[in-house]
Amino acid sequence: MAVTTDMRAATPAGPSVRRLNQRALAPWLFLAPGLFMFAVYVLWPIGQSITLSFYDWNGLYNQDGEFTGTYVGMGNYAELMTDPAFEVSLWNNFYWLALYMLALPAGLLIAIFLNQTVTGIRLYKSLFFFPFVISQVVVGLMFAWFYAPNFGLLYLLTEWVTGKGIAILADPDLVTFGIIAAGLWPQIAYVMILYLTGLNNVAPDQIEAARLDGAKGWRMLWFVVLPQLRPATFIAVIVTVIGALRSFDLVSIMTKGGPFGESRVLSYYMFEKALGEYGFRMGYGAAIAVVLFAIMMVFISGFIWKMWRDERER
Amino acid sequence: MVHKQTGALALVAALLLSTSAFAQDKRVVTWNADYDPIPLAAAEAVITDFEAANPEIDVVLTNFDHEAYKNAIGNFLTADPPDLANWYAANRMRPYVEAGLFADISDVWAANGLNDALASSLPSMTIDGKQWGIPYTYYQWGIYYNRDAYAAAGLEAPGEAGVTWEQFLANCEAFKAADIDCLTTSSLEQWPVAGVFDYLSLRTNGYQFHSDLAAGKVSWTSPEARAVFAEFAKLQPYVSEGHAAIKWQDAAALLVQGKAAHFVMGNFAVGVFKEGGMTNDNLGFMVFPEITAGVARAEEAPTDTIHLTSGAKNPDDAKTFLAYMATAEAQSKWNAAVGQLPTNNTATVDPADPFLVAGFEALSTASGGIAQFWDRDAEAEYAKAGMDAFQQFLVQPEELEAILERLEQTRLRLYPQ
Repeated sequence: MAVTTDMRAATPAGPSVRRLNQRALAPWLFLAPGLFMFAVYVLWPIGQSITLSFYDWNGLYNQDGEFTGTYVGMGNYAELMTDPAFEVSLWNNFYWLALYMLALPAGLLIAIFLNQTVTGIRLYKSLFFFPFVISQVVVGLMFAWFYAPNFGLLYLLTEWVTGKGIAILADPDLVTFGIIAAGLWPQIAYVMILYLTGLNNVAPDQIEAARLDGAKGWRMLWFVVLPQLRPATFIAVIVTVIGALRSFDLVSIMTKGGPFGESRVLSYYMFEKALGEYGFRMGYGAAIAVVLFAIMMVFISGFIWKMWRDERER
Repeated sequence: MVHKQTGALALVAALLLSTSAFAQDKRVVTWNADYDPIPLAAAEAVITDFEAANPEIDVVLTNFDHEAYKNAIGNFLTADPPDLANWYAANRMRPYVEAGLFADISDVWAANGLNDALASSLPSMTIDGKQWGIPYTYYQWGIYYNRDAYAAAGLEAPGEAGVTWEQFLANCEAFKAADIDCLTTSSLEQWPVAGVFDYLSLRTNGYQFHSDLAAGKVSWTSPEARAVFAEFAKLQPYVSEGHAAIKWQDAAALLVQGKAAHFVMGNFAVGVFKEGGMTNDNLGFMVFPEITAGVARAEEAPTDTIHLTSGAKNPDDAKTFLAYMATAEAQSKWNAAVGQLPTNNTATVDPADPFLVAGFEALSTASGGIAQFWDRDAEAEYAKAGMDAFQQFLVQPEELEAILERLEQTRLRLYPQ
């Protein structure tokens, strides 16, 4: 008898605790590995960079493993404000951001052009997608040779047409645009593939209906097709913005920030100050990284806010 | 015993090595280096000789990728210091000396009479009156020229004594008329331009001024500094266009092809010129011409060094090895294999190599002093600012005032008066 009463008393409690565990604990358990990684590899370094940006430190620990930096407060940021090289890098980042957006219309145009059923269209599509498959380093090398003085194709072409070759990467006014053009090549391919998949999901009945109503050309694109491509556009904008802001590899491969720093972007300037051959200023580099992070946060928060709003509406 | 290792393999190999060394009951000296294949083979040969003479010591060399070494050294000196580490002289070693990571080896210098044998390198190895490493090789800088280009422009190639500065500039004018670049250089990697500036500065105002300039003691708007840029301006129209977008190897190709006549370079470039098809017959070397009469001739000779680390586990045997690396015997052998110059003044160079002979002659008779090179004499950040400026001046000479103003601001920030 005693056993049964015990069991009765226990039965309601048992499952409810387990159910509570399932509801409350299980999600966290599943999230734990991800959260751990995110905390260790993202949040902690961000915190460390921000802390470091208040120090003047050459990156070395002394013999006893002690940190050798000195606290300078906002000193690094104050110096950034008056650093002409920082200003150049910031402007170049702005050019990158603005001109990289050209990848959107260009990618859309190619996607629409390729979105037809002709023999061998798969081959053409993959050829257009090809630049995105190549590593950025290779893209940088190819364009560096394309622009190279004395033997580059573009140099020889301009020499043939105008009598005087243009060495784009040696020209302080043109160099950033030369690198952006190299970056756009794979970026357009990327955006194109995003739009191509998007175009597959455009409802044919709506196109049909619009056509019956007499829509064609620009009006069809603007009022019927583009609204349905909104998810693809959203992703394309995100990857393009991020691609523009983290443009490091092309600058590093093609010009090393030169001539005299005119093609530096923030990420490269940070590398140069903190980690490059002549870079021993970890704190200053960290301050540049924090500024770049702040700029990125503006865009990232915008995206997250929009995504969150869309989820809510659903 | 020499082992070449990289990355994770290094750890495994190091474990294996330590056990094998333990089994043989030898005292291990660990040495971290950043050698290309030829210098590595030369170092192996020197180690073999050393171990033959000191059978109880086992020198274990861990070779790093050259480019990765700069980041690696900062880590391993604190985390897991070897006994010995490769690095460079003058200001390049200063951060590690000041952080207490390199050890003072003045006793090795004193005990082995190195103050005399390595006299030319003594100033560049001394910080706070102590010596912090062993210089074992350097190479001369100077003007390499293409005799065929001289012939193509209808000019007489420079003789043994080189040319005067006026003659050099006059030749440049003739080269320009013949559509040949008088001076080629590369500023994609900015250091070749720094070499040109260094020589202009050394020849215009002498070693002491140049040394003070690199140390931030002289104003960039001073008449002396302006005089250097005035000479630079005379040279500027004759420098290859597009230098900002080409690598030094591409500039070397211009010289090899006869599209350029001169290249201010280090002796390591001879290998590239010869791979391109030049021979001792058409490749020439001369010291940079005198500009201001009476200024004692100083030369550039960047020095490579080996340092004892503060965390060394076997400092005594490491010092024995350092003393050996300072000997004429070891230096002659290493440098003969690599094609560079020994710093020990009793060492020998290959008499069949005209460039080494000329370099040894140029350096041993340089009464003005031996400069290390702009980016080793000047502190890293200052060096970078300078090289940006030299490059900009070559592209936009009309911006001189703005360039000097910016350099001066950088100087005042880095070296508050």
